[in-house]
This record gives sequence, structure tokens and C-alpha cells, in this order.
Amino acid sequence: MIGLLAIAAALPLSWCGQDPGSPAPRVTVGSKKFTESVLLGEIAVRLLEDAGMETRHRRELGGTRILWNALLAGEIDVYAEYTGTLLHEILADESLAGEDLAAALEARGLRASRPLGFENSYALGMRAAQARELGVASIGDLRAHPGLRFGFGNEFLDREDGWPALRAAYRLPQESVGGLDHDLAYRALDAGDIDVMDLYTTDAEIVHYDLLPLTDDRGHFPRYEAVWIWRADLVDRAPGAVAALRRLEGRLDSGTMRAMNARVKLDRDPDAQVAAEYLAAELGLAGEWTLEPLAARLLQRTLEHLLLVAAALAAAVLAAVPLGVLAARRPRAGQVVLALAGVMQTVPSLALLALLIPMLGIGALPAIVALFLYGLLPIVRNTHAGLVGVPAELRESAEAIGMSARARLLRIDLPLASPSILAGIQTSAVIAVGVATLGALIDSGGYGQPILTGIRLDDTALILEGALPAAAMAIAVQILFGLLERVLVPRGIRLAAVR
Amino acid sequence: MPTPERAGPPLELRGAGKSFGAQVALLPTDLVFEAGRTTVLIGPSGCGKSTLLRLLNGLLAPDSGEVLFRGAPLRAAALHEARRRSGYLIQEGGLFPHLTAGANVALPAQLADCTAAAIAARLRDLAGLARLPADLLDRYPAQLSGGQRQRVALMRALVLDPDTLLLDEPLGSLDPLVRAELQDDLRAIFRALGKTVVFVTHDLAEAAWFADRVVLLRAGRVVQAGTIAELARRPAEPFVREFLAAQRRTHAGLEALDA
Repeated sequence: MIGLLAIAAALPLSWCGQDPGSPAPRVTVGSKKFTESVLLGEIAVRLLEDAGMETRHRRELGGTRILWNALLAGEIDVYAEYTGTLLHEILADESLAGEDLAAALEARGLRASRPLGFENSYALGMRAAQARELGVASIGDLRAHPGLRFGFGNEFLDREDGWPALRAAYRLPQESVGGLDHDLAYRALDAGDIDVMDLYTTDAEIVHYDLLPLTDDRGHFPRYEAVWIWRADLVDRAPGAVAALRRLEGRLDSGTMRAMNARVKLDRDPDAQVAAEYLAAELGLAGEWTLEPLAARLLQRTLEHLLLVAAALAAAVLAAVPLGVLAARRPRAGQVVLALAGVMQTVPSLALLALLIPMLGIGALPAIVALFLYGLLPIVRNTHAGLVGVPAELRESAEAIGMSARARLLRIDLPLASPSILAGIQTSAVIAVGVATLGALIDSGGYGQPILTGIRLDDTALILEGALPAAAMAIAVQILFGLLERVLVPRGIRLAAVR
Repeated sequence: MPTPERAGPPLELRGAGKSFGAQVALLPTDLVFEAGRTTVLIGPSGCGKSTLLRLLNGLLAPDSGEVLFRGAPLRAAALHEARRRSGYLIQEGGLFPHLTAGANVALPAQLADCTAAAIAARLRDLAGLARLPADLLDRYPAQLSGGQRQRVALMRALVLDPDTLLLDEPLGSLDPLVRAELQDDLRAIFRALGKTVVFVTHDLAEAAWFADRVVLLRAGRVVQAGTIAELARRPAEPFVREFLAAQRRTHAGLEALDA
């Protein structure tokens, strides 16, 4: 335990600390947890480093809202966003027209680049061969082929602004329209079971299955053009950063983006490599890239994971044992404490993280706080149970000897309750090892990172790269506590338990 | 150990009574415990004898009246001192399972800031007094027999050389042979040390063996107090005779009654 605490105390400096003496301006890039966003993040990093910046990539954050808030809070300086997402999701309340977007961002201390070139919009897609055969290139062309079978994702099928609006806008006559899972739709299309599906224009599968996204000739779908958005203060803090990012404006077309997505998602090429090779070809940037060896990655993540678990657990022990003592001493306050700790346990972890971000931002701190809150209940409950379970005749004997309340607690009650308290801490520790993997959603590092990436890329090996060490750590925690019990639980109690 | 002398007996109840909710455990009672004498509280289960004993060291506070310790009311401020000056021994010994026998005995002395050397010497003396092999002091309670545990508990009760000893059925859970042996040893110790002893039992033979005076209780009330011979010769009410007769049947040949 002391070892863990020492690591916990020493790590933050080496891990998340910034070097104040560094002369190069430091720019933090964010990305969402899907392949295209991560690739754009890597591209931004390389553009900035090429301009002499220090960079940090906070990868695969858990959603649009988290990135947006992180950008507003200054925890990241730049990320790639889509105009449609800005207009229809983030700033939906303001019902902005496209030309008002720049002003709306400016009002928030943000700036946007011109479009990078590609769109990631809703589209309808067909097998390229069939489209050629039928002479279909745009959605309007589908009117001439009423016999085509449509298969849409359920959301697209049902949403007011999905299929019903599209059908009305283009007066599409097709009768065979079914709903099915998006991933299955690609296979159904490939197998010829359906002819047309909804897709996003930069989906990697378009390349894989040789599909053709049909032109939206009436401009029905909102446009999701990729742009950089950055904090206005970046110009002063890191002169040259904005110019470096803007080198990409208008250069990255949908086909290229699709091909890069396909390389990462389908061919499993590392995103850093794909980004480097693209920039080397497109802008002549130095093309070398490195992938950390497995052992180094594992070590790094193990330290990160240990930090999360150890810091949260240490704080939980310090808070929960006194709370358990209070609960045992004052039954009424105890009910309140136990109820609150219980409620804390029922808050879904994602919701808790989302609630903590406005206060604590992203990174290790909110994850540690969340793990701390989850860790309280088992320790409070077991401390309470252990103390309440001290036999009445022993409590009476201690009192009759003339021991003060403090001496009774420290020398009698807590040692007698120690097996129960230790079991509670063990439960908390095992829970923390598991829940800490979710911290990857807010860039707190640890074993969750490869799991998250593995899920994104449907890469079992990568998922296991996080899941197996996490399971091993959980087992190690069990073993550690087995050993701790020998040290911490007085021998006389263990003897008594055996009898 | 110099202490301010006070007037009055070591222990005294003045109209002290105790209820638990609607349940009356002890009616207001007057009782004086003389120095150096052994008083046995006896009576059927639930008669209030354990409640009375707990009033004497402040484990319970009286609802009415007061308890006097060396002439002074036994209240919050005096409680701590009073407890250190009275040893307390209960049925299963109340030894702390996480401490060795020796550590159990030493605990009150450590809390009283005695030196390690003084404690070690005291442990040796007490082991001799309680006839406990000294090597057993390193064992945990779980490694001792019931009789050995009670000897250790007795040592703990005596470690600060208290004026009074309060014992709540200390031999109740022991088998007959061990019990007889401990009865002999305990009485010898009481006589040798001259302590003021209050001893709770429901066994008349045991009462007869220890008592300078017997206090017979029933339903929270003192029925009669006196020597056991007095109780037998001049029972205050029929219950006294019934109680003695019932116990005599199970202990045919009870010497004290015949004396």
C-alpha cells in the first residue's frame, strides 16, 4: 500500500505535469472516439510539430460535448469538428444559418478554419458496379428505378428528418424499404440483399465494399464539412500554430479521407502512420513516425492505471473509514451516510464523469474523483458492519477497564473490525480497477485506452491489450490484499476465526 | 498509590434504580458494600443482579438515586478513576482476541502509563497468584482453555491493584472440575488480597463458598441480605425458603447450610 501511495504521489509530476522551462509553445489537440477524428487529430499534431510546436494529443475523448466543453475551458486548443454538428447539435438552440457560424464561434472566443475539403454527411450509397450499370449517380436518379430495395438504419428510417423527409424531397417511389443495423446493412448490400443504404460519406466501408455515395443533387442533407476550430488566444500563445493548421484547408477531399479511414479501420494500420504518410505525400512533411513498443505502452498504461486506482483508493480509505466510524457511533447520521454512499453507487459512471467535467475538466483528476466516490460505499459499509459487529461483552470490557472512547476505537474496535474493513477496501480496489478503464473516455489514460481504440476499430487484439492487463491487475489486487490481511489483521483474530 | 481519603464505604447504592424502557430492572435500592468483604448477589435469571453490578462501575447509569464510589457520586468525571480502581470480570472473560494473554493483562497498566519494567514484574506476580504458567502469556485467547482464559481475565482485573473486584458469573461457562479448581483459587486470592468483592452468581453453592454476605434479589428487588445461615434460619419471606430449598435439592450436602 505504501508503495502504491508513493507511486501515486510521484507520478503526476512526471505524467501530466508541464515543463515550465520549455521554450516551444505547447498546443493541445483533441479528438473524438472515432477513427476519422483521431486521424485528423494526428494530422493536426504533425502540422503543429512541423511548425516547431510542442504538442499533446488528447485522443478519443468520449463525445462531442466533452470536446466542446474542453475547448471552451482551454483544456484543448484545437480539434476537428463538422459544420453540421456545430449548427445542428452544439449550437442547435440558436438555429443559426451557415453564414452566422463564424460570428457565433467568435462570441465564444473560438475561431474556425475554412473547410478542410471533405464532408462527412448523410448520403445514400449503392454498389458502384450496379450504379454504373443503371446509370445512377445522384439521389434524383433513383426515381427511374422504383424496383430498387432500400435498407436503412433504424434511426434514419424513423427520424422525421431522415427517410420520410428524403422521400418527400425527392419524391422517391420505392416500396421495398426495411430497417436494419448499420453494420449489417453493409453486408446485406454487398451480398445483394438490398440495393441502397444510408451511409456517411467518409465511411471506410465505402472503399472496402466498392460503393458509390450518390450525389445529393437537391442539397437535402445538411452539410457536415470538416473544419478546425481553435481558441482565439492560440494566435498569441502559439504564433504560427493557426497558419500551420490552415495549410490543410481545401486539401483533404472525401475520397482521400475515406481511404485513410479504411487503412486504419480495415487494414489496421496505425493512425500515426497513416497521418504521417498522407502529410508526407500532400505537403512534403517529414514522414517518419514511431509506434511505441508493446512493453513501453503496457508499462505506461499500467502506471497510469495504478495512479488512478491508488490515488482514488487512498482518498476513499481516508474518507470512508472515518465515515464508517461515524455511522457506527451515531446510528441516525449513519443512516444518512450509508444512504448517500449508496446513492453515489447508483449514478452511472458515464453520467458521473459527465457531471464532473464542468468542475474538474478532463484527464486523470475527474476520473480519480469518480473512482473515489464509487469506492466509498464498500468501505463505509464494511467499516460500519465491522464496528457494529464487535461483541457487546468486549465493548463493555474495554469500557470497564477505563479506556477512553478514543483508546477503545484505536486499540479495540478498529483492530477487531479490521478483517471487515480490509474486505471493504479490497472490494473498492477491484471495482476501481474495472471502472478506471472508463476513464479513457476523458483522457485519463490507463488500460481503457486500448480497449476504447479496440472497440472503435473492432480489433479484438487491441481490446485484449487493455482487458487482459486490467484483469491481471484485478487478480493482483486480490493477491495483494490476501497478503495484506496477514500483516494487518491481528494474528489472534485470524486464530479465533479458524476455531 | 496515594489517593485522597474519603469518608464512606468503598461502594454504596442510595435509592439507585434502573429501568430499560417500561421494563424495571432494579427498583430503587439501598445497599452498602463494606471494605474487604465479599458480597454475593444471587437470584433467578432476570432478577436484576447483573444490572446492580453494572451500576457499580458505571457501565449503567441509575435512573433514580445514586451510586457512591468511596463516598463520592459515580458520575462522568469520577467514572474514569473509579473504573481503574475496580476490576471487572465477566462470564467469558471478555479478553480481546487480537491481543495475547499478556497484552490483555498489560493493557490497563499501559493506559495508566506504567513503565514496561513495572508491567513485566506485575505480570510475573499475577501469573503466580492466578496460577497461570507464564509461557501461556504469549498465547492468544483462542489458544487457551476456558479456565486459562478466566485466570488471564482475573489477572487483567487485578493488574492495577484495584480496591474492588466486580465479577459477573465469572465461572458460569466452565466445566465442573475446572470450576471447582478456580473457586478454590479465587477464594484464596480474595482472602489474601483483602479486596472488596461483589460477585454475581445464580448458584447457591458457589454463593455459600464465597460469601461473607449474600444479597438475594427477585424481580428487581432485594428480598433479603445477610449471611447464608441467616437466610436459612430467618427467611424474610417464603421465596427465600423456596429458593434455598430448590437449590439444595440440586446440591445435596451443601455444607454451609448444615453449619
